[in-house]
Amino acid sequence: MNQSIQPNSFRAGPDEDGRFGIFGGRFVAETLMPLILDLQEAWAFAKSDPEYKREVENLNTHYTGRPSPLYFAERLTEELGGAKIYFKRDELNHTGSHKINNCLGQILLAKRMGKTRIIAETGAGQHGVATATVAARFGLPCVVYMGATDVERQAPNVFRMKLLGAEVIPVEAGNGTLKDAMNEALRDWVTNVENTYYLIGTAAGPHPYPEMVRDLQSVIGREAREQIMEAEGRLPDLLVAAVGGGSNAIGLFHPFLDDKQVAIVGVEAGGKGLDTDEHCASLTAGSPGVLHGNRTYLLQDADGQIEEGHSISAGLDYPGIGPEHSWLKDMGRVEYVPIMDDEALAAFQRLTRVEGIIPALEPSHALAEVIKRAPQMDRDQIIVMNLCGRGDKDVFTAARHLGIEL
Amino acid sequence: MTERMDRRFAALAEEGRPALVTYFMGGDPDFAASLEIMKALPAAGSDVIELGAPFSDPMADGPSIQAAGQRALKSGQTLAKTLEIVREFRKDDNDTPIVIMGYYNPIYIYGVDRFLTDALAAGLDGLIIVDLPPEMDDELCLPALEKGINFIRLATPTTDDRRLPAVLNNTSGFVYYVSMTGITGSALPDTDKVGDAVRRIKRHTQLPVCVGFGVKTGEQARAIGATADGVVVGTAIVNAIAGSLDDQDRATGGSVQAVTDLVRSLADGVRAARLAAAE
Repeated sequence: MNQSIQPNSFRAGPDEDGRFGIFGGRFVAETLMPLILDLQEAWAFAKSDPEYKREVENLNTHYTGRPSPLYFAERLTEELGGAKIYFKRDELNHTGSHKINNCLGQILLAKRMGKTRIIAETGAGQHGVATATVAARFGLPCVVYMGATDVERQAPNVFRMKLLGAEVIPVEAGNGTLKDAMNEALRDWVTNVENTYYLIGTAAGPHPYPEMVRDLQSVIGREAREQIMEAEGRLPDLLVAAVGGGSNAIGLFHPFLDDKQVAIVGVEAGGKGLDTDEHCASLTAGSPGVLHGNRTYLLQDADGQIEEGHSISAGLDYPGIGPEHSWLKDMGRVEYVPIMDDEALAAFQRLTRVEGIIPALEPSHALAEVIKRAPQMDRDQIIVMNLCGRGDKDVFTAARHLGIEL
Repeated sequence: MTERMDRRFAALAEEGRPALVTYFMGGDPDFAASLEIMKALPAAGSDVIELGAPFSDPMADGPSIQAAGQRALKSGQTLAKTLEIVREFRKDDNDTPIVIMGYYNPIYIYGVDRFLTDALAAGLDGLIIVDLPPEMDDELCLPALEKGINFIRLATPTTDDRRLPAVLNNTSGFVYYVSMTGITGSALPDTDKVGDAVRRIKRHTQLPVCVGFGVKTGEQARAIGATADGVVVGTAIVNAIAGSLDDQDRATGGSVQAVTDLVRSLADGVRAARLAAAE
């Protein structure tokens, strides 16, 4: 447990400069600064505008299919013999993951700001698909930057984006993964400042993105809170979610941060092990630094050069993390732990067989942690896990790792 | 504040011509070759040197400077070695102002105080840090000014009159006007527009205004130099270096000359700038 002085509330951040403690901020080129300030103003207005709230809620209900169910995983609970396990089923959303929650909110904002072109970065392709979807829904042209490596390993999502009318630009720079895609999206934005809205997919980047994405994703936690009260008459003992950039996790966690009785665990990609170079555990094995507009925990070398991450899951393959998670770690409010590729893959198979749900490889990391913890807990205790994405996109990857040729 | 920068711009004002500011990447293609290139710059006509410090994720740079940074990192360049280049250069030249241009994270990891102390001792005169806007002045700008190192700010076409005072506050040495929205190495915009922008900025500051992004030839340097106090050339020089390397990205006998030939023609351009403007 960290020795820092505990705040009155863990839900008050960020401050007006976009800081969560020392984390967050606005580390961007001058060309982008006026845009970031415009965005901040537009967001501050929208979030307190009842009409904006109505539009978001209407689309959440009728387009996405919210609220997503809170499902009691009876057989998995039985098999593990400990705490009761509930899944927040954001994998049932339209487009197959939690990403749509954020995209709808942001594209409504882009419309309000009069922007006529949408750009996004994507790793696994889930955010790219969600962005291409809302761009199609609102009739705006859309360009998605995706690392060349990811384009190759996520071919079905690339095809989906193209079907939806988006232009997918493979990024060859660096290792051709998410961070390189984000660099390229920033280069596009800095060039096309007049008409372009950058729809960032995770709770990272310069202020106000971390706050905005969190607020839009917090619908997950708000619903889960109501649903667990209805099902069990009390709050859960433990929340678990996977963290890559951290948007699904902060969405579930945020409404519970001030409930001291609720323990919270974020699960990072441990890849092939923290003693190797092939992992993405920036909170467990990284150190604070500045990248992509914010200060946060990063994987980096002694010279401050950013290192490439590795994970079986392209969605967790990012060497940084949203700044609010960095702060929650340092404050000791949330515990962050790594799960290895093979553990995630085993959890992926187990859920498929025991509950008939094929999870994405990202929440399979959270699931692996649940599988470790549930048996250590009492039968009257409750775990809520964010099942933030479905695994259809991952069947090829899983098959390859299991040595099966499709 | 170190005095080389102000002294240099005062001398150029006396001479009645704009400065030629040359950028190249420290450590590209390796430490020794880049030091040799740097040492040849003043004699070829460079008045101020921008020394690039490589970063793994150069968000504001185009393909040429990205590639130069990758070559430098691959050859083992670090921020400590970039300071070492400054130190070595200063052994023979105590007049040419040197500015390190890069991104914040390597400095943050080096440690701001330690970096500023080492940079001053090495003979550095200024910093251009792309991802530190005025909103982040507490991080490095104010400590640098306190230590006596210039903090040179970028002003861009999106920096409107409302925002200019904030950008110019705490700026010293010169103002770097980025002539268009975009990444380094893009096409040069209309020189009339650039002239208007320079005049707009000069209404708000006494500092010299140097213009960069897109200048590639002596002729363009002349056109931009007609209104600006300095012309910054980066990508064209980086391309000249890249074009001189062998197929394994190693420097060749022609590397230094490839740079000095280009810099000479750029220097001719800035020297002709005011004559042309007066005609």
